[in-house]
Amino acid sequence: MVYVIQSRPLVAGCAEGEVLLSDKPLSFWGGYDSLTGEIIDRRHPLSGEFAAGKILALPFSRGSSTTTAVLLESMRGGTAPAAILTIGVDTFYALASIVAEELFNETIPILSLSPADFERLKNGDTAKISQSGEITISTQAEKEPAAR
Amino acid sequence: MSKSDHLYLSDYDRELLAGERGPGTQMAMRIIVRMAEILGVERLIDIEAAHIDSSLYMGAATLEFAEKLVDLGAMVSVPSTLNVSGVDEHGWMHWSVPPDWAENAKRQMRAYQEMGCIPTWTCAPYQTEFKPKFGQQIAWGESNAIVFANSIIGARTERYPDLLDICAAITARVPAAGLHLQENRAGQVLLRLKEVPDRVQRHESFYPVLGHLMGKVSGEKNPVVVGMEVEPEWDQLKALGAAAASSGTVGLFHLVGITPEAPTLEDAFQGNEPEQEIDVTMDHLLEAWRELSTASGRELDLVVLGCPHFSLAEFERLALLLNGQEKHKDVEFLVNSNRTMRALADEEGYLRSLEAFGGVVTVDTCPLATPMLSPDIDVVMTNSAKYSYYAPGMLDEQVVFGTLEDCVLSAVEGRVVRDESLWYT
Repeated sequence: MVYVIQSRPLVAGCAEGEVLLSDKPLSFWGGYDSLTGEIIDRRHPLSGEFAAGKILALPFSRGSSTTTAVLLESMRGGTAPAAILTIGVDTFYALASIVAEELFNETIPILSLSPADFERLKNGDTAKISQSGEITISTQAEKEPAAR
Repeated sequence: MSKSDHLYLSDYDRELLAGERGPGTQMAMRIIVRMAEILGVERLIDIEAAHIDSSLYMGAATLEFAEKLVDLGAMVSVPSTLNVSGVDEHGWMHWSVPPDWAENAKRQMRAYQEMGCIPTWTCAPYQTEFKPKFGQQIAWGESNAIVFANSIIGARTERYPDLLDICAAITARVPAAGLHLQENRAGQVLLRLKEVPDRVQRHESFYPVLGHLMGKVSGEKNPVVVGMEVEPEWDQLKALGAAAASSGTVGLFHLVGITPEAPTLEDAFQGNEPEQEIDVTMDHLLEAWRELSTASGRELDLVVLGCPHFSLAEFERLALLLNGQEKHKDVEFLVNSNRTMRALADEEGYLRSLEAFGGVVTVDTCPLATPMLSPDIDVVMTNSAKYSYYAPGMLDEQVVFGTLEDCVLSAVEGRVVRDESLWYT
């Protein structure tokens, strides 16, 4: 199935990739290895997953003030998610993208979703994000009809 | 989500944005204004002080950011204390810190000092002479410092991420949002202590354990605890806040009858009804206490204390517990603090006791902020819920959570020893 949702771009941009989703917030400091893109918070459900190049969907950032710095480092090193989707306005992720634009003229899209739209997302969906914040979601069933 | 269509900028704001006070200040203001637009606020407000967590060296990008601001001539315009750095400037060579890391981290330290920041190098700035006052608008980074300033002192800071704290310090302006505003300081989640006896409430482990639990159940909301029957010390409140800001996103909590904005339950909630009510029993606390340990055996490589940084009072308590003993040769014993606190502890003679015991102090940083520990270290014991939360992922260590006394006893015996009677009687 393919459906389209409208998000609010906090930092606008285009991206496409596989959705990596959790309903648990994540601190990038102590939770994201900026050298590899691995989620390393051993108490987090996504522990061991690699988020580099994926569309990372998290309700909000947790804990440490250093989340922004770690995300900035991963953007510089090419190990950042392709985009981050949150519920509501998460300034910690948005700031990293804004500073990256100041420093090396690069951004990743940071988008705010309504709780209902966030809840429809599934791990393994494919998301295509447009500059206006429109997100086209292809669910896994559509992508691999032979899987069942 | 309320988003205003228009952000009002004062003449001063527009001057900064136009570059009339130099390109560094202009860049900082550009970032502040973009954040204000994202938040949808109508105006910026003044701040009187800042605490800068951006001093932590995380790699090439954080260094580049700091040096770019310096190159563009940016200077802070309010008193700005510095959080921990990425290296113990004068002591790193005794540890496993790679020399190029030390060099880069020192460059980043210099950059923030060149911008006029105060070299406090501590994650516990509320235990320095620069602690804020009740009601002051400030811009603080470092999650444990933020929650302490808001909750225990009653100063007002939003949760500032790294890189934004320095922009606030340079411009002295921040978005009028979040915990700066009275209405956002009301309690939202009520935690009611149910049959948690006094002897537990007086116990040092109660605070980090309650904090760990509070962070998990509160998420982004402001928790309020009712039923505290003892008057906690600052170091206990420090442990409570640091734990809650690690397991959760807590930037402000109220303890009814104890913290300054919560003389009564009604005051804590500003007359609103709680969005959620949770009874906290000994079973919940026991579960939270268990979660703070990931190691199960007796094996022990290292004891880490001072997360957040050890205070003078903590040095004193430790010195009393050490009581002329010596640690086991196979266990290392590390206390994290800052250069000022170490000097004070030295004057009081506490350092001598620690050195005689075989322990060491590292200053201005900590093992979570600098790659100082050898990879051979597998099992670490600590009295800090924050360290216990982060070390398994960041340092690939197994952790055991215990009291200060457990930590000392275990270091002497060379294996994990814990008095668990509080939890199992």
